[in-house]
Amino acid sequence: MRKSIVLFTALISGLVFGFGLILSGMVNPAIVLAFLDIAGQWNPSLLWVMGGAVAVSAVAFFIARRRSTSFLGLPVNVPTSRVIDKRLLAGSFLFGAGWGTAGFCPGPALVMAGTGSEKAILFVIAMLAGMLLFEIAGHARKSGAAS
Amino acid sequence: MSIEQTIVEIDIPWLALAGGVLIGLATTLFLLANGRIAGISGIVGGIVGGLLHFSWRDLDWRLAFVFGLIVSTLVWQQFFSLPDVQIQASDMMLVIAGVLVGFGTRLGSGCTSGHGVCGMARLSPRSIVATLMFMSTGFAVVYLLRHVIV
Repeated sequence: MRKSIVLFTALISGLVFGFGLILSGMVNPAIVLAFLDIAGQWNPSLLWVMGGAVAVSAVAFFIARRRSTSFLGLPVNVPTSRVIDKRLLAGSFLFGAGWGTAGFCPGPALVMAGTGSEKAILFVIAMLAGMLLFEIAGHARKSGAAS
Repeated sequence: MSIEQTIVEIDIPWLALAGGVLIGLATTLFLLANGRIAGISGIVGGIVGGLLHFSWRDLDWRLAFVFGLIVSTLVWQQFFSLPDVQIQASDMMLVIAGVLVGFGTRLGSGCTSGHGVCGMARLSPRSIVATLMFMSTGFAVVYLLRHVIV
């Protein structure tokens, strides 16, 4: 019974997250790229989206910090690492490069893939391939280090 | 010049702000109910990793969240119309971009939702750095593609 509530809240979270992406226009790469186009017709919308999202989420983290478990009794899984390493920098660099190339990041791409958009689906498949590549490379590195 | 004349009039994009608030609410629900960060690359990456290593334990809530994202336009359209979306990138660019985003978000442990929203909301130094990095790279790449390589 508890399990189905957990799955339900996960589903609703994804759904409302999607609504937010749709309402804000973030599912439209043209608008995202217009934000990233500082030398062109700059569209600052993304700042307002992020601002609204961060402001509301900050309240949630304030509350979560004071709790040992979530409201459903689950552990609160917030990352604790504060290390700024090469992986963080390189990964963010690569992500930013990809983001600036098509104007898609994971969330919006999945939402648009849900409309049956072939371009969005193509991006998602390539994204999954990139993630798979990472997993395999990580596994290979671990095996190499062990021997 | 009077104070009234020097105050910059900011045009608030209300829909963008409202959409951001919805994203924040979704993040809030996921954090306070499920105890998890609504970082899309992490959630999806965990599905890929889980399948690869035959680990089914976390798969259910990940798939539930992603399912919510995927059907959001369907549900939305029952009440409102979808905005007009223009995807201008060529198929080749989409593939390159996708691989970069997939690999990069996993290497960097996050994306616009994980680092940009959740990380910044809790003032994580890692996320602030990550966000600055992917934002500036995004700016640079768009500048290159739109104003240099013409």
